[in-house]
Amino acid sequence: MDPFESIKATFFQECDELLTDMESGLLAMEAGDDDSETINAVFRAVHSVKGGAGAFGLEELIRFAHIFETVLDEMRSDRLHLTDEVAKVLLRASDVLADHVAAARSAGSVDEGRTLGMIADLQGLIDQERAAELGLDGDGADDAADEDFGFVPIVLSLDEPAAEAPEVDLAALMAAAAEPADAAPQAATATPAWLVTFRPKAEMYAKANETALVLRELARLGEVEVVVDTTAVPPLDQLSAEQAYLSWTIRLLGPATESDVREVFEFVEDDCELTVRREGEAEAPSASLQAADDAESDASASAVEAAAAAPLDLDALLARVQGAPSPEAATPAPEPAPEPVQDAPKADPANMGVAGLIALAEQASLDHVQAAAPPKAEAKTDPKADARAERASAGGTATAATPTIRVDLDRVDRLINAVGELVIQQAMLSQRVFESGLARSSDVALGLEDLELLTREIQDSVMAIRAQPVKSVFQRMPRLVREVADMVGKKVRLVMDGENTEVDKTVIERLSDPITHMLRNASDHGLETPEEREAGGKGVEGVVRLAALHRGGRIVIEVQDDGRGINRPRVRGIAVTKGLIAEDAVLSDDEIDNLIFLPGFSTADVVSDISGRGVGMDVVKRSIQALGGRISITSEPGKGSKFSMSLPLTLAVLDGMVVSAADQTLVAPLSNIVESLTPRAEDVHLVGGRDAVIRIRDTFVPLIDVGMALGFRDEPLPPASGVAVLVESEGGGKAALLVEAIQGQRQVVIKSLEANYQHIHGVAAATILGDGRVALILDVDALVTTSRRKAPRIEKRMAV
Amino acid sequence: MNKTVLTIDDSRTMREMLNMALVQAGYRVIQAVDGVEGLEVLRAQGADVVITDINMPRMDGFGVIEGVRADPAHRATPILVLTTESDATKKERARAAGATGWIVKPFNPTKLVDAIRRVAA
Repeated sequence: MDPFESIKATFFQECDELLTDMESGLLAMEAGDDDSETINAVFRAVHSVKGGAGAFGLEELIRFAHIFETVLDEMRSDRLHLTDEVAKVLLRASDVLADHVAAARSAGSVDEGRTLGMIADLQGLIDQERAAELGLDGDGADDAADEDFGFVPIVLSLDEPAAEAPEVDLAALMAAAAEPADAAPQAATATPAWLVTFRPKAEMYAKANETALVLRELARLGEVEVVVDTTAVPPLDQLSAEQAYLSWTIRLLGPATESDVREVFEFVEDDCELTVRREGEAEAPSASLQAADDAESDASASAVEAAAAAPLDLDALLARVQGAPSPEAATPAPEPAPEPVQDAPKADPANMGVAGLIALAEQASLDHVQAAAPPKAEAKTDPKADARAERASAGGTATAATPTIRVDLDRVDRLINAVGELVIQQAMLSQRVFESGLARSSDVALGLEDLELLTREIQDSVMAIRAQPVKSVFQRMPRLVREVADMVGKKVRLVMDGENTEVDKTVIERLSDPITHMLRNASDHGLETPEEREAGGKGVEGVVRLAALHRGGRIVIEVQDDGRGINRPRVRGIAVTKGLIAEDAVLSDDEIDNLIFLPGFSTADVVSDISGRGVGMDVVKRSIQALGGRISITSEPGKGSKFSMSLPLTLAVLDGMVVSAADQTLVAPLSNIVESLTPRAEDVHLVGGRDAVIRIRDTFVPLIDVGMALGFRDEPLPPASGVAVLVESEGGGKAALLVEAIQGQRQVVIKSLEANYQHIHGVAAATILGDGRVALILDVDALVTTSRRKAPRIEKRMAV
Repeated sequence: MNKTVLTIDDSRTMREMLNMALVQAGYRVIQAVDGVEGLEVLRAQGADVVITDINMPRMDGFGVIEGVRADPAHRATPILVLTTESDATKKERARAAGATGWIVKPFNPTKLVDAIRRVAA
């Protein structure tokens, strides 16, 4: 992938995380948490979204994030206080921001009206005067984005010559400087040269800026002549490493503009005296330098005096150093220090080459840095800063996320696959050892037992790698509930439990739709309007609880509301009207409640009462069944309803019924199976001389001879000598599978047939049984659909 | 020997952007996700230039600047602050704390390298 695109992908991935952080922060704030760190974290999240968006030129996103961020910044600086109202607006703003991110990601567009409304609401949190100050007033969105940060979307050009960057050729620079200075003007254009005077202050060096580097950058703009003024350098014994004594005059030739020149000094201009002018536009620079020197120099007056009296009288200096009372001073040790200075006067300081200057400048700043007295620095350390840092790091340790690594899903799947093989191999080995007649107490058998334990442990651990907390799905729900609540004009509080319950990644991905539907249903239809609640003596705010828990090797998701509960007479009435139950059917309360899952129960005219927006609960039930799950409802009139769905923890393992048909061992997914029965010959009818149907109580369903359907056998099995397994497909269609015998129930590891062989109609996958035999897993949906397609009219005619 | 740049930013996107631009320009890059980690890495591995974000959890960019300037072994290390803030006060605060220079996000790779060259030999 193009590296730029790959970073963009990273950006959107990060946005997901940031939006999640932001929302949980905002939810905490809504619950009354006004801790500055919480507010800060939300601000940072929005800020980072904006920062990244800036890099990719995502204007719409930048604009909205900017306004959002500005409001959060007002909170950070205590100018805006957290109230319930503020929290609500911010939460809605977070939803809009998420929409903007999604739009940017898919290069789509956002709801302009909603954005503008949201901007107005955000602006409304800040009083007008302040908003004007911040540039947020009026339709200022555009202005804010443009003026305030002057973001220019950039395109990273990676083709630029890399060599140009870090290593500037100092040698070349020196060589250039070594050329006769007066040759330069001829080469240059007629434009007068720039004259730059540069006098660093001590502060500049304290920030790790270096004159040598600044001059080097200046030399990149054109040919330079540099003159150093050393007159302010005091005698060596008065030289302070913390001070700045040197100043420079630079004559720059070439086409550079004033802003080019000033840009080089961008980082240092506040920590130096700088003049930039065209040659001949002002007085001789040296004079003004001298004036500046007298007036403002940081060097002590005595140093200036001394310098004026005897600028760099080296002999005197050396004599003083050597004659100093300190014993160390007499030793050769200090000699290296004066050396560069010694060279300096040899060259005429007024016409010194750049190389020499740079050497001198580097030496100066190096001295400055090296002599930067460590003990002093320690003494200067701000105790408050220390305490802050300690707090920060202590807090950090407490809140630091558990270390994680990112691994390709492919690799995990390969590992899971290999472990699956291991499990099978281990089972086969055990069986063979057992069959060989080795004593249970033999070393080999005991060793095998240990191996079995270990294998199971490895299997569990590997499955745990794919397991993820349901949090990622749960986190999206508060927004959904907010939106539904807003839409239907109810007050809803969502309470979530067990967010850290773990389940296989593939299951998580498919949890989202059913949960969404159940929550929407609970908020929209389960709960009463605020007025009804008040009248019923309940709190105005309805509570919807979303919980996840582990139970019996499955994950259970519950959605509970404290609303009106199922209106049983009504549900019953609808079921009768639709012909789903007989008018005089005797049903328990539970059975009535569960009628809502029947296909065909929810249609347009009941949508607003029990089911969701156009999707019936039967659809929810089917999608859960497709995952090998079950769903049920319990309800108490006036107190609320609870939906419970339970799902297997992983899709890599399946609960199956092992059956045999035409000497083949097959597996039928347990979740599809309704019941099994021994068919009586008189219940089976042949339609059109070929297709069989079987009467099960009041209905006829197709009877599918599995052995024939899969091509294992040409002659049909006499129904009475087999077993019929009544199955229900994902689509709600029913059929009976005729097999020879049922062997038992077993958990099997699913192996893809398509990946290893090819797709076979009627077969979903394969597995390897403990005895090493391969067993095909039936694709019940395909079998049922085929049989129905073959005989659609027949079934209709035969049904009831 | 390639120069080493330590980038401190809590945003993965920004770290990757910096990484791409810097590696392309021939620098060696070390990354840290916040100020605390940044100072730890600097002390353990050293760096020729530090580029730091301002807004970060645990320790912000100002904390990084103070920490580096207070550390005798690294006080001469140039520090560039990286920020989207056009807000002059932030920049001023960073400068006052001892920042060597700054880079305005979103940065242009050429400008980024220019900025580094202006502060690192």
